[in-house]
Amino acid sequence: MSEHLTIYPIIVHLLTAILLLLSWMNPKVQRYISIIGSIVGIIVGGLLFSQVWTEGIQSVQLGNWKAPFGITMVADTFAVTLIVLTNIVALAVSIISTRNMVSSRLKFGYYAIFHFLIMGLSGAFITGDLFSLYVWFEVIIISSFVLLTIGGRNIQIEGAVKYFTLNMLSSIIFLTGIAMVYGVTGSLNMAELSRIIPEIENQGLVHTISLIFFIGFGVKSGVFPLYFWLPASYHTPPAAVSALFAGLLTKVGIYAMIRVFTLIFPLGEINQMILMVVAGFTIFFGGIGALVQKDIQRIFSYLIICHIGFMVGGLSLFTEVAIVGAVMYMFHDIIVKATLFLIGGVMYRIFGSTRLYDMGGLMDNYPRLSFLFAIPMFALVGVPPLSGFWPKVSLFMASYTQGEMFLLIMFIFASLITLVIIAKIWNSTFSKKPVEREKRKAFKYFEKFSFAEKAAYIVPIIILVGVTLYYSFFAEHFQVISERIGKELMNTEHYYNAVFGIKEETKL
Amino acid sequence: MEILLAIMTGILYAAGIYLILRRSLVKLILGIVILGNGVNLLIFLMGGLVKGRPPLIPEDASALEGIFADPVPQALILTAIVISFGLQSFAIVLIKRAYKVLKTDDIDTMNKTDDIT
Repeated sequence: MSEHLTIYPIIVHLLTAILLLLSWMNPKVQRYISIIGSIVGIIVGGLLFSQVWTEGIQSVQLGNWKAPFGITMVADTFAVTLIVLTNIVALAVSIISTRNMVSSRLKFGYYAIFHFLIMGLSGAFITGDLFSLYVWFEVIIISSFVLLTIGGRNIQIEGAVKYFTLNMLSSIIFLTGIAMVYGVTGSLNMAELSRIIPEIENQGLVHTISLIFFIGFGVKSGVFPLYFWLPASYHTPPAAVSALFAGLLTKVGIYAMIRVFTLIFPLGEINQMILMVVAGFTIFFGGIGALVQKDIQRIFSYLIICHIGFMVGGLSLFTEVAIVGAVMYMFHDIIVKATLFLIGGVMYRIFGSTRLYDMGGLMDNYPRLSFLFAIPMFALVGVPPLSGFWPKVSLFMASYTQGEMFLLIMFIFASLITLVIIAKIWNSTFSKKPVEREKRKAFKYFEKFSFAEKAAYIVPIIILVGVTLYYSFFAEHFQVISERIGKELMNTEHYYNAVFGIKEETKL
Repeated sequence: MEILLAIMTGILYAAGIYLILRRSLVKLILGIVILGNGVNLLIFLMGGLVKGRPPLIPEDASALEGIFADPVPQALILTAIVISFGLQSFAIVLIKRAYKVLKTDDIDTMNKTDDIT
């Protein structure tokens, strides 16, 4: 295949979005175009993955401007794995959106914006330039603003104000960091920066700049104490949008964090300490926050924060084993969090409410669905052999061997508190007796759905649960991928060589 | 000139943060706009100021010689301005809408999404 395959994941979604804009007033056609676009996205992602897997890191110089003068697109194993997972989540969300989104929302360009968002995510994953990372981040947030507000219910607008302000602020902080890096080094190419930064005499300044980046990405990924926008906004849009945000938007912040802190600013002792404390408190406050919530989508929102701590914690340990754990946890988390929000959407249709108090009796009325829903929930807790268990092995091992007891205790705390929360959800939705109350009149309940509508709600969950099960029972595959990612991230010369077109003697 | 620009950047940052911390929605957006301008000025400043030496190759030479102005920061600022323009126009529509449906301009009263229900 050609070397330009690297940028195809972006182009696929760009073309899909353009086609969707052309069929602006025709929701029926839009649904098909979107699903086909997502499937093509998965295929292209898979092809790129196999190319990267066999031939090593791929790079493209846009406009044929040689690095470091032009913008470079780099596809390493980390980026392409994320692209494949992103496209899988995109497929699931575009299927559920066919019914979860009323056609008035589709007429306002929901699907087009959705594909622009996926395009932004793909771009952020494969860019090799710090400023173009900022540009992709802006593509992501402006699409997410529209997805968040489309429909315009009061609560959505209010959530959007909070989401907008904090994300705008984080972009400004990120751009400040970029300005300072440019001032200090005179370059924005990530591969070149990885060589320039260690040679700067004033390393104190470099540490300060790296913390500006940490705050910028920290807001996006929702770490303590910068997470307050997340639980205030993620439960407001329809379930399909929430699932997309939960699966992917916080993870792109974590991706940027891992990329920047391995490639450009390798963590020093002080920064490691700061990240570790932040990770611990993220886990603690996310867990406690989830414990007091009484609304299922809000509980899941806080659980996102709680589990972000695992990835930041893994990064803060800064050994290959820990990075492997963090990366593997990220893959698991993308799939499972998206599934949980979709499940929340189905529960809303079944009970007519997302409050735990209004739920109950799912086990008696829908035994097969309950079984399906149980799988991602137990995977989230990390019950072996389900997917949450495997990355925790690496994370626990790394924190134990390095003697970081604070982090180890927090990891264990997170697992336990997740178990408590899932048990609480189980009690009140699955096994509790249903609450007798009046049915809402102008509301379409799940039991009144036609077969096609039920399928649109359940098929995406089945797809994502299938991926979770694959991860669980063939965890070795993900372990091998993550180990290779760990090697690539910790030895930056592979990345550098790929960008500058230097032939490598030894392959990974 | 550098000192003047540095002070100006500081003032813009301070003013922007002060406005963001106010309770009014309109001041919030104004604060973000001013902060955005502060960042653009910072990029310009960090690129280094060179007076009267545009990065143009003379007709009888094949490469730039000596000290010349760096064109990259200007490209970056132009991109950043365009992006922030788009975001700001969205923001203004958003606050107009927020004022219409929530009937308040006070950020402190916007706590419906944070309630534990």
